[in-house]
Amino acid sequence: MSQQNYSEFIRTFIVDNFLFGDDSQLNNETPLFEKGIIDSTGVLELVSFIEENYKITILDDELVQDNFSSINAIEKFLQNKLNHHS
Amino acid sequence: MCGISGIFNLYNKAPISSEQVRVMAFSLNHRGPDEAGAYIDDFIGLSQSRLSIIDLTGGSQPIHNEDKSLWIIFNGEIFNYPELRSDLIKLGHKFYTNTDTEVILHLYEEKKEKALDDLNGQFAFAIWDNKNQELFLARDRVGILPLYFKLNREKFYFASELKAIFAVQEFNPAFDPISFDQIFTFWTNLPGDTPFKDYKEVPPAHFLRINFNGKFELKPYWHLKFSDEKNLSNSNIDNITREAKELLTDAVRIRLRADVPVGTYLSGGLDSSGLTAIVKKNFNNELRTFGISFEEESFDESRFQKLMVEHLQTNHSEVFAKNTDIGKYFSDIVYFGERPIFRTAPAPLYLLSKKVREENFKVVLTGEGADEIFGGYNIFKEAKIRKFWSANPESKYRSKLLKKLYPYIFKDKRLFSTLEAFFRLGIDEPESPIFSHIVRWSNNSKMKNFFSENFKEQIRDYNAIDELTLKLPEDFDYWSTLSKAQYLEIITFMSGYLLSSQGDRMAMGNSVELRVPYLDHRIIEFMARVPSVWKIFGLNEKYILKKVFNEYLPKEILYRAKNPYRAPIRNSFIANNNFPIEDILNEVNISDAGVFNSSKVKMLLQKAKKSESLSELDNMALAGIISTQILHEQFVKNSKLKLPSNYQFKTFYDFRNK
Repeated sequence: MSQQNYSEFIRTFIVDNFLFGDDSQLNNETPLFEKGIIDSTGVLELVSFIEENYKITILDDELVQDNFSSINAIEKFLQNKLNHHS
Repeated sequence: MCGISGIFNLYNKAPISSEQVRVMAFSLNHRGPDEAGAYIDDFIGLSQSRLSIIDLTGGSQPIHNEDKSLWIIFNGEIFNYPELRSDLIKLGHKFYTNTDTEVILHLYEEKKEKALDDLNGQFAFAIWDNKNQELFLARDRVGILPLYFKLNREKFYFASELKAIFAVQEFNPAFDPISFDQIFTFWTNLPGDTPFKDYKEVPPAHFLRINFNGKFELKPYWHLKFSDEKNLSNSNIDNITREAKELLTDAVRIRLRADVPVGTYLSGGLDSSGLTAIVKKNFNNELRTFGISFEEESFDESRFQKLMVEHLQTNHSEVFAKNTDIGKYFSDIVYFGERPIFRTAPAPLYLLSKKVREENFKVVLTGEGADEIFGGYNIFKEAKIRKFWSANPESKYRSKLLKKLYPYIFKDKRLFSTLEAFFRLGIDEPESPIFSHIVRWSNNSKMKNFFSENFKEQIRDYNAIDELTLKLPEDFDYWSTLSKAQYLEIITFMSGYLLSSQGDRMAMGNSVELRVPYLDHRIIEFMARVPSVWKIFGLNEKYILKKVFNEYLPKEILYRAKNPYRAPIRNSFIANNNFPIEDILNEVNISDAGVFNSSKVKMLLQKAKKSESLSELDNMALAGIISTQILHEQFVKNSKLKLPSNYQFKTFYDFRNK
């Protein structure tokens, strides 16, 4: 996946898996935990998806809400992680 | 569909007795009750029991070529036969029937084994070349239809079901302990093996050639091959979906070719609902559908069936599967299946095909194969989750993703560490070729504790998993975790169990033909190139198929949780007046068969009687032991069948020198 479409790809994943296709309430700043879109198992699902597709490993210490609180937060986290990685 | 069988005398010319050929044909009468035909010369005897579906009056078998040097008997359907036929006519071939059978024969005349590459269908056939005294057998790519053989010092036997070969042997067959090690690991044999010593199967996608001098060849003509990560399709998801939809629609279209009406099975799950919708919306507005409802609520899906019937407005019939009936017919399904089974789920399918037949239908389309090809099973998602966990096996969080997959069994928080330990097996070896299946196969293998000491001694240090691992494709290590899991699932469970014990055999037991569009080889080959990420998107199974069906199916069906198709085990056997469990599992019968330790079996039976909620493993063992004992009774102890004096061939070619 190219860097430009992290957020688009992750957005598709969230819409398909947690919102069953209904993206009307979701923008890149929507708080995913507060809105109940993602719960603790959901985070693992998301992390698993990210690892599978970006070939990275996320540490237990990085599994904090801040890193996954919104699509923008995820993108920022991923960018840091991938830059660091390469 | 039909049954085929034959006896070939090797090295010495010796005409086959027509009595033997008749016995073989009669033992397969359930596969083809409409008529029977035979060919006998000084080398060989061939017979076919026919279920007439294409060219009802003119299609009697055996069928020959122009100069009667080639003869064919055929079980199955070649769905692209009209196209192949017109090509062959252009090449000068003359046809005397309108069958697909005759198309295979002329194509073989033209291209020998290369003909197999052109066939789109489900098939097992035999061609006798009487000029060269050579017999050619072939079986379809994934083993939708069965084909067995036995090679003696002087004779070669083959048949659609083992019982036809048993019927003409001097001695009854014996169980093969090595084979049982496979069956009690994978639920079925590895390709090529059967539960019986010296009896073999033509593996899926193979042909077999044998001549009068005993020259023998068994070779693959097609390979189930997933692309390595570098060679995957780089189409976007919309193009992949569009192409999958075109292929599936065409696979359905050609599978509706028949000179009798074709219905569909409708379970209320995604696969059969989508299939039924494709037929109804594109090809047949008067569609007949058939489904099962269960007495035990936890197994019942009829709510979804009703929803689909209303949505599509099909003319639907339903069978009601009672626990007592599952027990009552269990013996029959073992007879037709010819293998130990570990679930009772084939029984309701047997009742369903009975219903189909009573409603005067001979052919139905079914959804088998969708889970394997499009990525639907929990074991695939389990592999993804365990792979994720394996990146850091000591993580405090990663294993908790298993909860997503098995919410019910993880509901009790106290059990988490026990279950976590169960799924941890092999977690340190994510690159192992059997990473996806090690948990399941190790668990199944616990059933081997029931084997008798004598049986264990004969198995010694044979290990079925090692044998499987040695035979994997060369580039297997380069495939994705999901592709590997799909491959393992297809060559073991799908070919050996789903399509056989639960597919062809349960339908043919009532003379009904199943057709499986999801297993069109064009779809298999296409999906094998699709990147894994799109097959299971995150943990969203059959993602592409759901997109394909988006316009056809209601949201309730598209987004419903997937339930595996199952039937009650313990409650079908225990306290059921229709099932003689005490007799089947008594000590004398257990020691007589010699497979199991009788005191352990006795304890399992006591436990089953006491506890209504038997564990998964105990249920599996119970079904496996019961079916093995029935198999022993039916085939190892008594394999002879009585031929009625009025059983005659409608078509009979006799070229013996009298």
